[in-house]
Amino acid sequence: MGISLTDNAAKHVQNFIAKRGKGVGLRVGVRTTGCSGMAYKLEFADELGADDLQFSSHGVTLLVDPKSLPYIDGMELDYTREGLNEGFKFNNPNVKDECGCGESFKV
Amino acid sequence: MALLQISEPGMSTAPHQHRLAVGIDLGTTNSLVATVRNSISTVLNDEDGSALLPSVVRYLPDGNVQVGYPAQSVQSDDPVNTIVSVKRFMGRGLVDIGDVSSLPYRFVDAPGMVQLRTAAGVKSPVEVSAEILNVLRTRAEASLGGELVGAVITVPAYFDDAQRQATKDAAKLAGLNVLRLLNEPTAAAIAYGLDNAAEGVYAVYDLGGGTFDISILRLSQGVFEVLATNGDSALGGDDFDHRIYCWLLEKGGHFALGAQDTRLLLTHARAAKEQLTDHAETRITAILSTGGVIDTVLTRQDFYDMTQTLVARTMQPVRRALRDAGLTVNDIKGVVMVGGSTRMPQVQRAVGEFFKQTPLTNLDPDKVVALGAAIQANVLAGNRQDDDWLLLDVIPLSLGLETMGGLTEKVIPRNSTIPTARAQEFTTFKDGQTAMGIHVVQGERELVSDCRSLARFELRGIPAMVAGSARIRVTFQVDADGLLNVSAREMGSGVEAAIAVKPSYGLSDADITRMLEDSSQFAQDDMMARALREQLVEAKQLLEAVENALQQDGEALLSKEEQVKINNAMAALRDILQTTDHLALKRATTSLNDATVAFAQARMDSNVAHALSGRKLSELES
Repeated sequence: MGISLTDNAAKHVQNFIAKRGKGVGLRVGVRTTGCSGMAYKLEFADELGADDLQFSSHGVTLLVDPKSLPYIDGMELDYTREGLNEGFKFNNPNVKDECGCGESFKV
Repeated sequence: MALLQISEPGMSTAPHQHRLAVGIDLGTTNSLVATVRNSISTVLNDEDGSALLPSVVRYLPDGNVQVGYPAQSVQSDDPVNTIVSVKRFMGRGLVDIGDVSSLPYRFVDAPGMVQLRTAAGVKSPVEVSAEILNVLRTRAEASLGGELVGAVITVPAYFDDAQRQATKDAAKLAGLNVLRLLNEPTAAAIAYGLDNAAEGVYAVYDLGGGTFDISILRLSQGVFEVLATNGDSALGGDDFDHRIYCWLLEKGGHFALGAQDTRLLLTHARAAKEQLTDHAETRITAILSTGGVIDTVLTRQDFYDMTQTLVARTMQPVRRALRDAGLTVNDIKGVVMVGGSTRMPQVQRAVGEFFKQTPLTNLDPDKVVALGAAIQANVLAGNRQDDDWLLLDVIPLSLGLETMGGLTEKVIPRNSTIPTARAQEFTTFKDGQTAMGIHVVQGERELVSDCRSLARFELRGIPAMVAGSARIRVTFQVDADGLLNVSAREMGSGVEAAIAVKPSYGLSDADITRMLEDSSQFAQDDMMARALREQLVEAKQLLEAVENALQQDGEALLSKEEQVKINNAMAALRDILQTTDHLALKRATTSLNDATVAFAQARMDSNVAHALSGRKLSELES
């Protein structure tokens, strides 16, 4: 399993990393915080961690720490636009319940 | 489902705590809002994909307000209620504005700032600007999916306090928290990343629609200092359009056109100007309401020739700014181009020739100021790691502490750029002193009682030592938010104490102004008061030292007469301690000092003899 990006999301990530001028990939994970227990973490990665699991999707390296993986295994990240707002959307099959804002979730 | 952005490593925010911050270019002609998303500074567009918001506000009789393009399109139909270029009125009185007869507005003179009578009532320039800011805030919140924590708003480098305060007030009225006001040329320099570049002097050449500004900035240790500004408030892209318009009239033999035809031709002239940026020639065709037809080709060379004098006119302020800064062209390390009119190739060429280098043009000159402001806002909102701080603000009043005698010792002088940290060493006043009270004050006056008290704390556990031999390092640290941390450390033993204070807390701008005025007004009084207090401290110190010495060695080393003489001098000094005449106090202190010279000499001899007795010479020579 692992995690993946949609084609559109991958294009955006590549574009962001190119403009930022550095970065080896995208770090995706979860943290135990937020109103429903878990929250997503989405960061640029400047270096690989020793324990990082690596996935490759449309040419983008995705890094996940082993503790986070069970919560997001099988997830696909999309990049979408809603009105004036745009950003990454998490399609996570493990989610049982999420708070109204969608930023935190339970498995 | 919320949409997430990518954070910098380790900078992920908790849900609902995204630190959304924007940079706003509140321009004379157009305004923009930008933010840093996914680590990239981006201008936020409206629903129609347009980045620029014309700085035009129209007031309707029913109280409704139109902002931007809708207001601009009816500008000539309803000139009285459609306010353009309101930035020129910010913080200005009627007398400052000068010739108001050419302006279509109904001005109302008001104390401090002029006001405008509109169909919806009397409006101040602050309210008009707030309408523009409000539209940008709404756009930003829709684009970012949440409330903003704050904004950085740009102002011209030459804006004075009143104009800056008016801008801040407008932001407050629009529901924006101002993280900082930033000088426009500085914002442009930041957009180009010059704040990360090597130190040096940079020129910012800003040719907008109706104004020209040149700024000379010096970058040192991450701080941009504005060395000089100059410009021409009646020179901009519109003048270039006008030259083409005149050329069209001459060429076609059309004269005395109506307002509608004039506007039509000016629009065509502007389009032609923009075409010539990328093309060697452009065709202009128009049918006038008189039935006359214009169909002609304008070449780039003709355009260059007819606007040569305009380009040359921008160079006079540039020379003046360089002269004011005391610099020559050779001192300029880089030239930043700002404003849509700098897209014209002849402008770029002229600037390049003047400065003997290729100017920076790879960012959109209309957006560069907003982009830089957004980068600054992102840093101030705390979205970047600490090592990336931009240092751009100053503290309004000096920070210091109280020393013996109720005197202020300034540690960080006013106008220091923040963040900053300074340390000074202090010492104990009495023998065996084991604690030290530290009183943090703010202000320009010499006496603590005339300054503002910010905080008090105590450093305890200082090892007992002779007065003056403890070394207590007090460090003042002000972070980018203006928060002050004061810590004290005894260098020998390492004991420490610290306190955090917010220096500007409770100090309104009026307070700050008053305190600054007081400091110059009372300078003479302060000097006398300081002299007296210093003398008093010295007198008390001497009294205590003599008393101790008498107790220890008085009987052994002094004759009866000598003791009486010293006691008399001490009594004389004690009697005069309450005086306000620092010279009298000084005289009494000096007499006591003189009276004890022989005694001090005797004590020293006796101590040396005591230390040497029973020791061999060889032990002492090693």
